[in-house]
Amino acid sequence: MDSIFTHKIWDEEELSKMVDGGIPFPMISDGAGHLGKVYGVYDENAGVDIRGRFIIDPDGVVQAMEILTPPVGRHLDETIRQVQAFQHVRKTKGAEVCPSGWHPGDPVLKPGPDLVGKVWKVWKPK
Amino acid sequence: MDQDKEKVGCARPTGSVVGASPKEKSSKPEEQPKEESMVQVKAGGKAPDFQAPAYHQGKFTSVKLSDYLGKWVLLCFYPGDFTFV
Repeated sequence: MDSIFTHKIWDEEELSKMVDGGIPFPMISDGAGHLGKVYGVYDENAGVDIRGRFIIDPDGVVQAMEILTPPVGRHLDETIRQVQAFQHVRKTKGAEVCPSGWHPGDPVLKPGPDLVGKVWKVWKPK
Repeated sequence: MDQDKEKVGCARPTGSVVGASPKEKSSKPEEQPKEESMVQVKAGGKAPDFQAPAYHQGKFTSVKLSDYLGKWVLLCFYPGDFTFV
């Protein structure tokens, strides 16, 4: 929501003390909430974009979205896990899918008639 | 591209998704697409495209989502700079 000028000072004065070299990605300004409205995160009463996170693949397809109200922060590890899972699915052209709780290196599932009702044999969540 | 950068005043959705051919542009603000008619985000659908001003590593620049086609993009919204969470 803040202006690019506020972003600059926030990055210089605070964020660069938390992240070496400052924020490496572009910090967009959505001052009027126009982007927040089409992304479903604009809170009309508060006049702010709430916490929204969208994973967009190389074809421009939104593969995941997470929206939180302001008082609780995101968990970056979970975001990275989801990106890795979607990247794996994309690499295998959908032949391999990632079950709940999957992390890189864990077994993947190969959907097909033989797997129906047999997921319990190959996937044992901790 | 440079011309676009100068023109971007505030963040604007294009009204269509990334990679779609742009709708006919009008210079009159009242003829810009209304937000209600703009494409909305949907999991599994193409992301709504936009152009917006940005701060990036000491410089003021402009970001167009469709310029990132071919790459994975993480798009995050948050309520405000200098807030606590």
